[in-house]
Amino acid sequence: MDTREKDIEKLKDYKYGFTTDIENIKAPKGLNEDVIKFISNIKKEPQWMLDFRLKAYERLKLLKEPNWQKPKYPKIDYQDLYYYSAPKSMKDKPKSLDELDPKLLETYKKLGIPLQEQARLNGIAVDAVFDSVSVATTFKGELTKHGIIFCSMSEAIQKHPELVKKYLGTVIPVTDHFFATLNSAVFTDGSFVYIPKGVKCPMELSTYFRINASQTGQFERTLIIADEGSYVSYLEGCTAPMRDENQLHAANVELIALDDAEIKYSTVQNWYPGDENGKGGIYNFVTKRGLCKGKNSKISWTQVETGSAITWKYPSCILKGDNSIGEFYSIAITNNHQKADTGTKMIHLGKNTKSKIISKGISAGFSDMTYRGLVDINSKAKNSSNYTQCDSLLMGNKCGAHTVPYIKNKNFDSNIAHEATTSKISEEQLHYCQQRGLNPEEAVGLIVNGFCKEVLQQLPMEFAVEAQKLVGISLEGSVG
Amino acid sequence: MNQQLQLDFDKMIKTLKIPEKEIQLKKSFLKKFIENGFPNRKQEDWKFLDISQIIKKNISELTFFNDYSLPNKIDPSIFIDGLEHNKIIFINGRIEKIDFSYEDQSQIEINDEIGKNIKFDYENSLIDLNNAFTNKVYKILIKKNYSLKKPLIIYHSTNNKIKSKNVNLSLNFELEENSCLRLIDYFSDNTDKNFVNILYNFNLKKYSILKNYKLDKFRNNNLKYSFNNIEQDDNSISETFILSAGSDYFKNEVNCNLNGEYSSAFINGVFSLKENQQHEIRSTINHLVENTKSYQLIKSVLGKNSKSAYQGRIFVDSKAQKTDGYQLSKAILLDETSEFNAKPELEIYADDVKCSHGSASGSLNENSIFYLMSRGLNYQQSKELLINGFLLDVVEKITDSEIRNLVKNIIGLKE
Repeated sequence: MDTREKDIEKLKDYKYGFTTDIENIKAPKGLNEDVIKFISNIKKEPQWMLDFRLKAYERLKLLKEPNWQKPKYPKIDYQDLYYYSAPKSMKDKPKSLDELDPKLLETYKKLGIPLQEQARLNGIAVDAVFDSVSVATTFKGELTKHGIIFCSMSEAIQKHPELVKKYLGTVIPVTDHFFATLNSAVFTDGSFVYIPKGVKCPMELSTYFRINASQTGQFERTLIIADEGSYVSYLEGCTAPMRDENQLHAANVELIALDDAEIKYSTVQNWYPGDENGKGGIYNFVTKRGLCKGKNSKISWTQVETGSAITWKYPSCILKGDNSIGEFYSIAITNNHQKADTGTKMIHLGKNTKSKIISKGISAGFSDMTYRGLVDINSKAKNSSNYTQCDSLLMGNKCGAHTVPYIKNKNFDSNIAHEATTSKISEEQLHYCQQRGLNPEEAVGLIVNGFCKEVLQQLPMEFAVEAQKLVGISLEGSVG
Repeated sequence: MNQQLQLDFDKMIKTLKIPEKEIQLKKSFLKKFIENGFPNRKQEDWKFLDISQIIKKNISELTFFNDYSLPNKIDPSIFIDGLEHNKIIFINGRIEKIDFSYEDQSQIEINDEIGKNIKFDYENSLIDLNNAFTNKVYKILIKKNYSLKKPLIIYHSTNNKIKSKNVNLSLNFELEENSCLRLIDYFSDNTDKNFVNILYNFNLKKYSILKNYKLDKFRNNNLKYSFNNIEQDDNSISETFILSAGSDYFKNEVNCNLNGEYSSAFINGVFSLKENQQHEIRSTINHLVENTKSYQLIKSVLGKNSKSAYQGRIFVDSKAQKTDGYQLSKAILLDETSEFNAKPELEIYADDVKCSHGSASGSLNENSIFYLMSRGLNYQQSKELLINGFLLDVVEKITDSEIRNLVKNIIGLKE
């Protein structure tokens, strides 16, 4: 068998391996030790993994939900949730695109998403042959050649326990805040990436390419490890609107960069934000944290947040290694009744560490946008520097834009600079664009894209084009 | 602590001759304070300065009862020379003298207003403490169209009669239409380990101007807290300048409500801290109507083991279109042990606004020092010159030239 055929075999294995025997199995409602044992058991996890989950659960019992954040949400009954349900069987899935919401299809069209991908996004049963010759498989072969491990978390626990055991929970410990700990106790699946020493990953890794990515469930766990001298660019999510029956999403993402390694993590998040009146919609409470463990390492977060009813996340960098660099580029757009409380934390521990924060917030309709960030330069972080810029754009006087930066400088060798502005789109700019033949919506789209340029530039090429369109679409109906 | 509070409170009530209704009011404030206790770092507004811990570690046995039956001797050496002024003298929290000899007496009214405690929509247990224990609350009213000819200096002085005491004082000011008051708070202490809690309330009517300068220069080991509440009507102006340098711990809070159109607020501050000092300025500017303006500039120079914090909040209501809000905080860290914290917050609900904030901190610029040294100054002189220039920038913002010169002299700035 040549490698490609082997890959196809593997893929089949992967796809049908454990899913078949758990079809239609649901864990009993509620959160308790038995449910956790059930999840662990069904995933055939080793004892240490179960211990990890139980430890987190023990801790969870002592924790309270945080309430300092701006967006408030109705109380969640954690005993009323299913923490595990098997992926939908093929029968339940829509047979073709015609069965989908026409509104959704329209958006796809605007974003320019190919038909095949549209099908994949909605979990439409695609026959195996078609699937196995898709780009995904070809990519997979290429990755194996370089020794890169890119698989689901469950698979990694089975096949690479030593790596998982060594790194899981080192950046987000089980004793972290409420939602992170909840995730540690009940996470179902997610992505695992390991880049070996000195390898530059030849392509952008994306959840797209990982089959069954759409079924990772509400408690996703991602772990990316870049070994010495390696480089990886990882894309999460997609520009297409995502619908999901789970209202609460509490994912954990851990990044670890060793000496001279670089991780670039880009997110485009477009979860269902609820209808115009703010009903329904997803709560996206994510914990993302990167650790620049080694010298000269670099972690860069780029995010475009347009979806979900409440977004609440702070992708952070712990700059532990000397000369390490942390970057955060963000666009957050809220419309209608959406609420976002997002930002970053840059914790400087090593010498000569540098960080840069560029945050662009746009709020329209009745929405609320908060940038909340922390820059903490430790007394040992000699000669470090930080630059922060956060700009907000307001459309209409029913929405809010807030900036809450925390700045802590304990080192006299280090510099921190912070700037923030809040403004609206100027009438002159709008007038000028309209004069040139753009309609008001196009004009706003253009100006907003200009406002976000610094962040959009950071996205990988293919993504950037779609993200640009997404920025325009998200603001539809907010002008005039 | 709670037992002590109750005991001292009962003692105070016995000496005070006030109606039963007011006693009940005071009791309710005490009850509220006992419930909440001294603020600690778990509260968002007290993140950077944990009063509860400071009292525990540095003052320990704090008592709350002050015997105000006997007058204190006024030491004239504390008075500011070279500037004619009106005086209010507080010694150990007791009002010893009120002197408006330079003014037209018919234009100023001074009333005892105990019991008319001001209520804020503001959770702050130190205000409750103040309301419970103040024995005299004066209201100073400046009548319509009257501008005080000379500045008013309030001397806050303590002498060695008190130790580990909590001193509360409170004043109310009302500035009627088109009136003007220049007010200097001048701190001089001969004591240590006391906790001074000051509450001012200003009510600014149309076209009135308030200039408040808080000068805390002389080194002492006290803990101080000052809260200014400023209500502003149309076209009124408030200017606050804070020199925060003398006490071991000092937190200045300014809460400013811009209730009238075209009103504006300015807050400028200088921290000049040394050995083990911890100071903070926290400002809240509420832009509540259209066309209001605020400007804030805070600069810190931080020596060994010192810590300064600036928490500034600009709130813009959805009605408050055409708001102009600006905040800038800068810090120079002179030693590896110095620390600067900032939390410049914007909370904006209106779209046609111009709001921005900036914050920068770091060490002295080596290139500038090199330049000055190449011109023949020594290292120390170059450093001093740079710091001088850095702070002068804020002091120049003082609009009153007489007081500007006074402040320059007090800080020791050269032009």
